[in-house]
Amino acid sequence: MITNRTNGRFENALRSGKFVVTAEISPPDSADPHDVLKAAQVLGRYADALNVTDGSGANCHISSVAACTILSNAGYEVIFQMSCRDRNRIAMQAELLGASALGLHNVLCLTGDDVTAGDHPQAKRVFDFDSTQLLQTARIMRDDGMFLSGRKLSAKPRFFLGGADNPFVEPFEFRPLRLAKKIQAGAEFFQSQYCFDVERLKSHMQKVRDLGLHEKAFILIGVGPLRSEKTAEFMRTKVPGVYVPDAIVERMRKTPVQGKRAEGIKICVEIIRQVREIQGVAGIHMMAYKQEEAGAEILDEVDLNIKEMMR
Amino acid sequence: MTLLNRLRDYPHILEVAYQFTEKVFQLLNPIFQRLGYEWADKLLRLPEKIGKGAVFNCQMCGQCALHFTGMTCPMGCPKNLRNGPCGGVRLNGFCEVDATKKCVWVEAFERSKKMRVYGADIYVLLPPLNQQNMGRSAFINIAFLKNSEMPEAWQMETGLRHDHK
Ligand code: SF4
Repeated sequence: MITNRTNGRFENALRSGKFVVTAEISPPDSADPHDVLKAAQVLGRYADALNVTDGSGANCHISSVAACTILSNAGYEVIFQMSCRDRNRIAMQAELLGASALGLHNVLCLTGDDVTAGDHPQAKRVFDFDSTQLLQTARIMRDDGMFLSGRKLSAKPRFFLGGADNPFVEPFEFRPLRLAKKIQAGAEFFQSQYCFDVERLKSHMQKVRDLGLHEKAFILIGVGPLRSEKTAEFMRTKVPGVYVPDAIVERMRKTPVQGKRAEGIKICVEIIRQVREIQGVAGIHMMAYKQEEAGAEILDEVDLNIKEMMR
Repeated sequence: MTLLNRLRDYPHILEVAYQFTEKVFQLLNPIFQRLGYEWADKLLRLPEKIGKGAVFNCQMCGQCALHFTGMTCPMGCPKNLRNGPCGGVRLNGFCEVDATKKCVWVEAFERSKKMRVYGADIYVLLPPLNQQNMGRSAFINIAFLKNSEMPEAWQMETGLRHDHK
């Protein structure tokens, strides 16, 4: 972890040791660049970097690389998300080169939700690579200056590579070892699925520390507000890989209607405060789709950087 | 059928059978060589498909990963993942895509823990599938052709070979 890959704001923030905040934004269903900028407005002020999803939930939106470019030109630090669901290895490597040429150096390599999760369940699923193979390919392009075929590149791309982590679903015991595999392939940072179960995260991080992985990669933990028990129920049944414990759903249910939004924010703040104390956690990743304002209030409330300065 | 499928719960026996089969193939090499590997491949496709199909629900990807994946065919994963589970596994350990099936990787990990010979192979980084090998005999491909079509840059990078002699 000595080499600074990109000298970008995101990587520098992580390497400086400060508690980093990233936020996810969903590219709009629009060909108007202003709509992309609008999507970033609220959380862009708080985040060290903005993740731009790549057809998240297998729904069609403006492409990640295009939205990233628009945002990066407007001065935002972005993380280009790339999923293996829609492209074969030819398109993937082409896009990796293109991204680097456009100045997009932070790449989050994902497997991707299945096509059946989205608005085009009839689509052909590609998965020519899995996320680990995508990481390894990107790293080979960067370090060895060649395509997977062995053909030379005339200029090497620059990448700071990341992967996803989901400590909250089976096989629990395998999850830290999967991180190790992704690190071997080239991952230098991780962003996790929503955390609503801090105890589970703690035991995951214990194993991560035992393996020394927190020293080889930066780990950011996914967080986000719940709007009501209905959204909680939706997330845990319909969104792949999200676990919301009964206790939290119950807490939302018991709260009167007018107080639900505030309660969702409160739960999230509590989780962030606990997550922050876990050794090996480098930051948080805010996912607040259609609740950007609530996300911003949470980040105001926890006031991470001021706290950092006081330490 | 179901009886053969149940064999999958004895991965420690299957891995030995697998190892044994590979050895037999090596012994038979002179015959295959005489025949030419192209022909040997054609001859073996059907028996391989029937045998591995019955036990592992083999999809004939042509580059068998069974011992890397707890003797559980990764082609049964709808996303064809070769290096571990996706993040979408359901709370009961079932598949994100097919809610009626256990996640292949949940099974693979449990089984790999019972395996003495190849158990640790689940941590090996596997290369992307070579689509040209689809439908071909994996035993011929692995034993004699040394997976020669593995991406060149990947080979240089890892030096990984599928052979376990
Ligand atoms: S849940 Fe398991 S079997 Fe289903 S797609 Fe994900 S990794 Fe594959």
